[in-house]
Amino acid sequence: MARDPQAALVALNRFGFGARGGASGDFMNAASDPRGFVKAELARPATVLLEAPGLQTTPDLAAALFAYQLEVKEQREAAAKSAAASAESKPKNESPPPAMEKPEASAMAPNGATMNPPGAMKPAKTIPAKPQLNIIQKTYRAEALARIQRATLADCGIVERLVAFWSNHFCISASKGQPARIWAGAFEREAIRPHVLGHFGDMLKAVEQHPAMLFFLDNQQSIGPNSKAGQRSKRGLNENLAREIMELHTLGVGSGYTQGDVTTLARILTGWTYAGRAGRLGEPGSFVFNVNAHEPGTQTLLGRSYPETGLAQGEAALGDIARHPATAKFIATKFARHFVADDPPPALVVRLNDVFRKTDGDLKALALALVDSDEAWQAPMTKIRSPYEYLIAIGRLMARIPEDPGRYLNGLNILGQPLWTPAGPNGFADTNAAWAAPEEMKLRLDIAAQVASRIGDSLDARDLLDIAMSDAASQDTRQTIARAETRQQAFALLLMSPEFQRR
Amino acid sequence: MECCESRSSLSISRRGLLLGGASFAAWAYLPKFARAADGRDPRLVTIILRGALDGLATVASISDPDYAGLHGAIALTRDGPHAAIDLDSFFALHPSMTQFARMYREKHAAVVHAVATPYRERSHFDGQDVLESGFAGPGRVQSGWLNRALGALPRGERVTTGLAVGATAPLVLRGPAPTVGWAPVNLPQAADDTAMRLFDLYKHRDPALADALSQGLQLEKVAARGDDMRAKPRNGIGAMQLTARGVAKLMAEDDGPRIAALAFDGWDTHANEGGPVGQLAQRLSGLDAAFGEFESGLGAHWRDTVIVVATEFGRTAKINGTFGTDHGTGTVAFLAGGAVKGGRVIADWPGLKTANLYQARDLAPTTDLRAILKGVLHDHVGLSERVLAQAVFPDSAAVKPVQGLVV
Repeated sequence: MARDPQAALVALNRFGFGARGGASGDFMNAASDPRGFVKAELARPATVLLEAPGLQTTPDLAAALFAYQLEVKEQREAAAKSAAASAESKPKNESPPPAMEKPEASAMAPNGATMNPPGAMKPAKTIPAKPQLNIIQKTYRAEALARIQRATLADCGIVERLVAFWSNHFCISASKGQPARIWAGAFEREAIRPHVLGHFGDMLKAVEQHPAMLFFLDNQQSIGPNSKAGQRSKRGLNENLAREIMELHTLGVGSGYTQGDVTTLARILTGWTYAGRAGRLGEPGSFVFNVNAHEPGTQTLLGRSYPETGLAQGEAALGDIARHPATAKFIATKFARHFVADDPPPALVVRLNDVFRKTDGDLKALALALVDSDEAWQAPMTKIRSPYEYLIAIGRLMARIPEDPGRYLNGLNILGQPLWTPAGPNGFADTNAAWAAPEEMKLRLDIAAQVASRIGDSLDARDLLDIAMSDAASQDTRQTIARAETRQQAFALLLMSPEFQRR
Repeated sequence: MECCESRSSLSISRRGLLLGGASFAAWAYLPKFARAADGRDPRLVTIILRGALDGLATVASISDPDYAGLHGAIALTRDGPHAAIDLDSFFALHPSMTQFARMYREKHAAVVHAVATPYRERSHFDGQDVLESGFAGPGRVQSGWLNRALGALPRGERVTTGLAVGATAPLVLRGPAPTVGWAPVNLPQAADDTAMRLFDLYKHRDPALADALSQGLQLEKVAARGDDMRAKPRNGIGAMQLTARGVAKLMAEDDGPRIAALAFDGWDTHANEGGPVGQLAQRLSGLDAAFGEFESGLGAHWRDTVIVVATEFGRTAKINGTFGTDHGTGTVAFLAGGAVKGGRVIADWPGLKTANLYQARDLAPTTDLRAILKGVLHDHVGLSERVLAQAVFPDSAAVKPVQGLVV
């Protein structure tokens, strides 16, 4: 079969997470059959689910979180009690206890690989121990590690790219609070992954019923004014979830729905919540329909009438929204923009739109339509990798299976894409304007140099250039790397080359 | 992947990022090799200059009739506001290196000229591998010659506890013998030179990224200062000096390391190299400041110290079309320290006539760098000629140690 180096780059970088180093043969495989290379992974649906030892379900994590919060509370109370007791018994003129020796802030680099400057050298015992992580931090890191490892090891990475796309589309933010942080990974595993090669309507339902989303967009606080709970209390509707469903998750802003529709959907979704610590409504941390908070009655949404059927009312409404033409257009455009270009080829958007509608939102069919299109292969590689794609691609090229997520998480923080923590419910931006920005490029270079500073002499950028892009590399890039002053500089330049940054 | 340190160590300000390009590692044990005769407790520092130092621009064969013509606009001269410093009647030192010149006058510094490793190609990486591994050819990167030299020494006590093993030890000191590392804190690695090379690449291939990067780096500001774009050299000086200061402090301790290796980057002067002033001059003043830091920081131990400075290869004898020099062969090495029998230029000068140049373009190498290194290791550290010829510099029996380099 004819080799097509440029198509190999599209297969690896536009659709995947880049070539793996070592003896993976990724570039050769992609070059000999670019479409087949991508589609092979889509044909293995098992690759989409993520299970790893220690990763827990949302209810189990809720139980762990509640236990942790209780423990903290008790400790705080005990401390307050003993402080009050000792304040009473202590003579007033007693000098305060000697201050704990302040650890040198710079005493140890995070990786422990460097020591403090000689002037500040101290015996080893003053080097502060790594702070104990709580269950929330531990969970977040374990979930991150599982995701990063999966992306690093994937053959092409198209499935993981789809996971990242849909996860960002239906994003929550770990910064919302402790439940969001501890659930962030589980949310993706439970609500996103099972449907990435399934149906949009199913994903939509799973997402909007997931405790993480209900917490993130405040729906557990939303009470139907005429519900039993609403009658008893002064609380009422919270439109947050309803609005974001229509604006961000499905129809798209400006697609014709009204404020009235938002309020109606909010009413329909009242009662969608999760069981709390006491477990009165169900297993703590599981989705429940609280009929007592649900606004009774028939609701008219987007011109369609939904009779009072409890939970089924909302599920019927979401099903119709998922099938709405505006949703197909919104998703088709966003999908093409993510993979192909900030201004995607109109013909491609039309085709994806048709596929979405004709297959009732079959997301595997949507992905295949993209991979089968000519536009996706012919469009110039103008997009820049997101920070996550960039860092994963580096790890793949170095053929290192990450064992600690810390450096990735720090890298994502520095580059402005903290994992599962976008600034708002619209997720991270997906355009060059966001990522090919001055500060960003400077920071990417700094990170490339930092990564390169730690490579040994076993990695030769000239070899890695052939692994990553082979004859798809420009002569300029090849020459820049060959002429680099040091091995480390060469590697940093490879990571920053247009061929590595663009996709 | 090895990605990123936390925000605290990856300084966000460009200022903090400019200080990269210097690293250090030391042997983890106090040696028991004080010399019986005079009780000397020797200290040995190896500095690798990565990027290929222009030997002719650093120590000019100023009386060679062909020198001025070859080095053209960037040649050193004996007169003018930045006159070269005469080392003898034939060689003159770059005017930036005043401390080294003083050490030379005090006979505590020496120059080796027309020197080279056995490597005869022109790839930086391969050249550095040969320089640091001590093997005769590239591709052997498991251990460095200095590490193998240490392996042949009695171990002694472990040096100061609490030192973390460095991840970035230069190859010359990597290997089975345990070492410790230190890098100046808050000195992340994105060197200016790397940024400039990337900017050049983007200019050719990706104007949008070039714009973004140049804004990010605030290149305009630098350019407005009037200097050549490739060089913001003051920062490089800072890195060399700061690293040397730290290493000297460590080595001055009673239980500090006795043997250390450093690497300074940034010597690849393809364009606008500069002569008595300019890009290379700035870097040389940084190296010179490092010599000064070692002298002052080591205090009483300076008299027991040898610093060896070497680079992977030299540069073309004739300057190129961009007032720089391309990859070459023969170059200089430096020896400095109270234990050096200095005040001389050690050279079997090959001449600069075209016929005398290596492949009609480079200063021809007449001294094998290994002969110098073996001489230092033999006289200063006490390694036998047999160990040097077999373990330290494999298959180098024909390259005899140069005698009398050390007092």
